[in-house]
Amino acid sequence: MTTHYLVLSGLLFAIGAMGVLIRRNAIVVFMCVELMLNACNLAFVAFARQNGNLEGQIIAFFVMVVAAAEVVVGLAIIVTIFRTRRSASVDDANLLKY
Amino acid sequence: MESPAEIVQHTAGGMIGASWLMIAFPLLGAAILLILGRMTNRWGHLLGVAMSLASFVVAVLTFLELIGLPADQRRQAVRLYEFIPGMVDMGLLIDPLSISFALLITGVGSLIHIYSIGYMAHDPERRRFFSYLNLFVAAMLLLVLAHNYVGLFIGWEGVGLASYLLIGFWQFKPSAAVAAKKAFIVNRVGDFGLLVGMFIILATFHTLTFSDLGAQIAKSPPSGGAITAIGLLLLLGACGKSAQLPLQSWLLDAMEGPTPVSALIHAATMVTAGVYLVVRSGAFFFPPDSAQALAVSIVGAATLLAGAIIGCAKDDIKKGLAGSTMSQIGYMMLGAGLGPVGYAFAIGHLITHGFFKADMFLGAGSVMHAMNDEVDMRKYGGLRKFMPLTFVTFFVGYLAIIGFPLLSGYFTKDGIIETAVHHQPILGWLAVLGAGITGFYMSRMVFMTFFGEKRWEKDAHPHESPAVMTWPLILLSIGAVFLGGYLILSNRLMDFLAPAVGAPPLSERPEFDPFSTAGLATLALVAVGAGFAWVRYGRAEVPAVAPRGSFLTTFARRDLFGDALNESLFMRPGQWLTRFAVYFDNRGVDGLVNGLAAGIGGTSGRLRRIQTGFARTYALSILFGAALLAGALLLVGNI
Repeated sequence: MTTHYLVLSGLLFAIGAMGVLIRRNAIVVFMCVELMLNACNLAFVAFARQNGNLEGQIIAFFVMVVAAAEVVVGLAIIVTIFRTRRSASVDDANLLKY
Repeated sequence: MESPAEIVQHTAGGMIGASWLMIAFPLLGAAILLILGRMTNRWGHLLGVAMSLASFVVAVLTFLELIGLPADQRRQAVRLYEFIPGMVDMGLLIDPLSISFALLITGVGSLIHIYSIGYMAHDPERRRFFSYLNLFVAAMLLLVLAHNYVGLFIGWEGVGLASYLLIGFWQFKPSAAVAAKKAFIVNRVGDFGLLVGMFIILATFHTLTFSDLGAQIAKSPPSGGAITAIGLLLLLGACGKSAQLPLQSWLLDAMEGPTPVSALIHAATMVTAGVYLVVRSGAFFFPPDSAQALAVSIVGAATLLAGAIIGCAKDDIKKGLAGSTMSQIGYMMLGAGLGPVGYAFAIGHLITHGFFKADMFLGAGSVMHAMNDEVDMRKYGGLRKFMPLTFVTFFVGYLAIIGFPLLSGYFTKDGIIETAVHHQPILGWLAVLGAGITGFYMSRMVFMTFFGEKRWEKDAHPHESPAVMTWPLILLSIGAVFLGGYLILSNRLMDFLAPAVGAPPLSERPEFDPFSTAGLATLALVAVGAGFAWVRYGRAEVPAVAPRGSFLTTFARRDLFGDALNESLFMRPGQWLTRFAVYFDNRGVDGLVNGLAAGIGGTSGRLRRIQTGFARTYALSILFGAALLAGALLLVGNI
């Protein structure tokens, strides 16, 4: 039973990772990051169910709290970048380099 | 064999207790003249002379007090202060040997100070000259009066410094500047020997004080390799200071200094410091047939011949006299190497040589003064009528040095020769030969300068020197006449020095024998040499330009190729070494360091291209990194 959850979790994680790597739009990249976090949450909860304790579920809540905080900061940054550069592409924001 | 008397600690005060004034006066003079500088220009030379004379007075009074003591009390150690805590107490040793030197240094030194007033009258830097002369007198007195090797070494270096400053006194002349540096550097070689010798003494006997050393050596006579090493290293020091083979090359160049300097430092006193060192360290050159004592004699005999041969070919009057100085110090070394039987003659010759050689150097200075500083004897000639006083005093010095009967050199040099013939026959007969050559080259000098036709430059107007220059000449030539006979006849000097340096037992002390084989042979050879010089340079015309001469002449003119030898043996390899070091530094060390820096710079220049600024590239590398870590952990099976 747990295996199915884990396979789903792995797939979601892979999709999220691929999205982070290949998409340019910052909003989409951001959503993909959320997807990766939630893939992890699924794995935690699945393991918690298999082991019959609560630690995994508690961690999942923590991840959600962190993700919520991240959304606040991340969206603010994206909006600010969009305002100054008139673009939400992560490739355009490449000033910090050699 | 009568061994030296024990050194007693002096407690009574008096003149011996105040003998440090001897050093303090000239040191004070030098300090005043150097610190106050140009303010003292007007009276500086008078202060210099006064300080030197004051030192002489102290020396005479100390001498009088010393001879008032019984013979076995005549080695008085005066403690001054603690110099190196627990190791060296600075102190003076007043004994017959040191006081003889002190009298010579301050006496002849004062006369040369007085002479310099006239000789340097037209030099704008006369005050500086006198400050250096005073510094020299102070250092030389410390050298001979010090009660331990540390004090001796300080004086030894002090006279080296004064010699350097005075040879290079006219430093605007490149030749003088180079000669000063050469003297300093060659002397460093000798000083190294002396220093290492002192280290071995300290390691072997745990003291550097003469009285403690004397007590230890008297308790258990030393033997073995350490003593031989000490002796040979001290000999190396003596060779450097006294211009003995193989460290002789600096003395001829040192003639670039003003003539009074040549007379005082490079004839009468400083260059004899090596003889003093050997005689003072007699215990390390004992017994007289030991290797180190034999080495002293051999060095002396070789140098007396080398100096004489060099003297034969020099046309520069001062360099001729310098060759002669080398040769005469060779005699002293030969005598000093023979042990207590030769000490009195070596010191006697040293004292009389101080007088007649200073006399001749100052005479040469007087001639140069009259001839617009010309030193080439081929441009002199016939000067005896124009400078009668200089001629007479120079001639007296000349007779004394060639050993004309009843003059100073006759007694002292003959003493060395006869003692040497008796104890080291081969070296002794070489010394006889050297005396013959001395007769030739000194006669050549006198004939070329004072006799024959005038060969002057057109603007030369020779005149007699002022009284301030001629009086020292007269006083020195009086010493050159009488001193030798006074010191040597009835062994006066030997008896006087016996408490300090030892002497043969009373029954075996040599009687002066005017008709010994060696003595007669010496006189005959000297006569032959002088006669030959008369034929070549007195009767015959002296060419104004030096003829090319045979190989032997070139050999002597070029100082027996001493400079060439030093150059090819030491200077060139040294240059190669420095060139290699420079190459190694530029290419090796610098190459390594610069290469490393360039490598790191280049690598980082390329590596920084990784920072593209594309967030997705970083994300990819993070992913790969995480995958790699996870894979590695899986592989080692730690999960």
